[in-house]
Amino acid sequence: MTAILERPVGSASRDASDVVRRARRGPARHRRRLLAVLSLAVVGAFAVRVLLGDYTVTIPDFVRIVGGEKIPGATYIVMESKLPRAVLAVLVGLAFGVGGAIFQTTLRNPLASPDIVGVSLGASAAAVSAIALGGWSGWSVSLAAIGGAVGVALAVRAVAGDHGGFRLVLAGIGLAAAMQSVIQYVFTRVDEWDVQLVLRWLTGSVNGVDWATIGLLAAVLGVLLPATAWAAHSLVATELGDDTAAGLGVGRRRTDLLMFLGVLLVAVGVAAAGPVAFVAFLSGPIARALNRGRTTLAGAGLVGAVIVLVADYAGAYAFADLNLPVGVVTGAFGAPFLLWLLARDHTSRRAA
Amino acid sequence: MTALVPTREDVTGPHGGGPARRPALPASAAIAVAVLAGAGVLSLLVGANAVPLDALWDEGHPARAIVEARFERTLLGLAVGAALGLAGALMQGLTRNPLADPGILGVNAGATFAMVIGMTMFGLDALGQFLPLAFVGAAAAAVLVHAIASVGRDGATPMKLAITGAALSAGLASWTTGLLLADRKTMESFRFWQVGTIGGRGLDVLAVGLPFLVVGALLALAGARLLNTLALGEDLARGLGRRTTRDRLVIALAIVLLAGTATALAGPIAFVGLVVPHVVRALVGPDHTRVLPFSMLAGAALVVVADTVGRIVLPPSEVQVGIMAAAVGVPVFIALIRRTGRAM
Repeated sequence: MTAILERPVGSASRDASDVVRRARRGPARHRRRLLAVLSLAVVGAFAVRVLLGDYTVTIPDFVRIVGGEKIPGATYIVMESKLPRAVLAVLVGLAFGVGGAIFQTTLRNPLASPDIVGVSLGASAAAVSAIALGGWSGWSVSLAAIGGAVGVALAVRAVAGDHGGFRLVLAGIGLAAAMQSVIQYVFTRVDEWDVQLVLRWLTGSVNGVDWATIGLLAAVLGVLLPATAWAAHSLVATELGDDTAAGLGVGRRRTDLLMFLGVLLVAVGVAAAGPVAFVAFLSGPIARALNRGRTTLAGAGLVGAVIVLVADYAGAYAFADLNLPVGVVTGAFGAPFLLWLLARDHTSRRAA
Repeated sequence: MTALVPTREDVTGPHGGGPARRPALPASAAIAVAVLAGAGVLSLLVGANAVPLDALWDEGHPARAIVEARFERTLLGLAVGAALGLAGALMQGLTRNPLADPGILGVNAGATFAMVIGMTMFGLDALGQFLPLAFVGAAAAAVLVHAIASVGRDGATPMKLAITGAALSAGLASWTTGLLLADRKTMESFRFWQVGTIGGRGLDVLAVGLPFLVVGALLALAGARLLNTLALGEDLARGLGRRTTRDRLVIALAIVLLAGTATALAGPIAFVGLVVPHVVRALVGPDHTRVLPFSMLAGAALVVVADTVGRIVLPPSEVQVGIMAAAVGVPVFIALIRRTGRAM
């Protein structure tokens, strides 16, 4: 009797635990596979960016150039133009992608990305003021950018109060307009109007950056990204809302720390390449869709890197003799996506 | 929705309670005209070089040339400001949206983009040639923003409209920059225009735009009663015998003419159309037959004052009127969000 009763129960529970195990393993495996595919995509886009274009470099030549061999013409083009652009594109793509996904996930609103709520422009306004009016350079510009980004983030939070959603986004849009005015004012103060300067700090560009800046960004990201990975363990709980997160043992402080890391990531990215439009906004939702609706910060970072690489390549070579900065390309194609998101009404559910 | 434009007074008429506390209409009008005149005189006298008062009437005064240069820009500021203030009041009335403004809802960006297409791709360079383009761009942007924001259960809420307008503005700004990069010469002349400025433009520019502004203003003032009726709601307005679709079209046409011309003359200036109607309504009440003319006067005064302050606030450089407008407008915008956030 007992045996008869026990057998089905036991097998059922074994089945159930099996199902649970498989259900847990499935997404994890899918995520690993996705990250591998995205990493390959980054490598592929990187290779295309460096090797192809108006001046084609073969892979053996590339290896020799990076190894230090001097090939007339090619060495200069690769080491001074193509390679720094591609490396910077990957770095800022990672920074904006991860930073944007942190914002969107923590605030639980796809519209609340740092480039829409003015954090990127705040960093840019501070950086361009420091450069043009204060004569700063190097790491102090990054510090200024961080100050601007943190300032705007705190201001948005102060204005929006506990109301997330549209109110926070609107407050950010207002502050973004103010920051844009600051940047435009700084441009009227510089003696010689420099188109490259304007493009970098108003729209974002990976063009003409020296290796020192890139090295600085790489070093800072080398600290920030692992810290983010450590802090992001709580992200799943955070997505369920502040109260639920607190109930699950994830305090407000942990969320704030993650948010602060997001602000820092965006700020150092802006200090190197300017506020590249919509990369932070696009990366998170795309990575999420690819990951079957689950948030993945690493995926968002890789998607960001692919976006910046591809957009920079398209801006440089898609239009005959026109060298468009990457921010113009991402802005031109990111805005329709934002409008589509608004039209699809995915946002109003989270409006409250 | 407590902050929405039309309130109880629209239903009960101008004698329905609130207005009794406000100054009488002639007094308000006198004050507004006096403020405007004062702003105009200050705009002639104040700047990098201060000008003594007697240069205004002494033809042989050494500072006479400065006064004449400032006179042109003051006139332009008056026209542009009146147009923007009026357009903002019309938009806020038509969409019953306290956050409506030609800058925020993407109308200016649409006009800018269309004009830049005309300049860079078709080589247009006279204002008369690209004014029609500005109208088309302004209308297309306004329609697009409303269409996108209207999708969804809750319709075109003020918040959704503002976010959609900002998104469209950002995208159009990128396209505009891309077009300008292909044409460095246009970009150089765009440098200050793109920020919003009334300096350095002659009266001939104003003469081209003025007829459109006058037509727009006449349509707008004729539409004041329409707005009052529309404020009662679509059904009630129709019950009162209004052809609401035609009414809306008349007002929309006025908005496009005013905002499009203002953008063509002075660049995309935001926030004037947002701030002015709110101040005016606080002073004269929600009746559109009063709000519209007073918004014209107040908008003109605000732009001229902003331009004058911009000349002296951060020497040695001049702060463009578009930047000054943002400095005034952003705090108001944020205050409005804070006030109306709960209801939306």
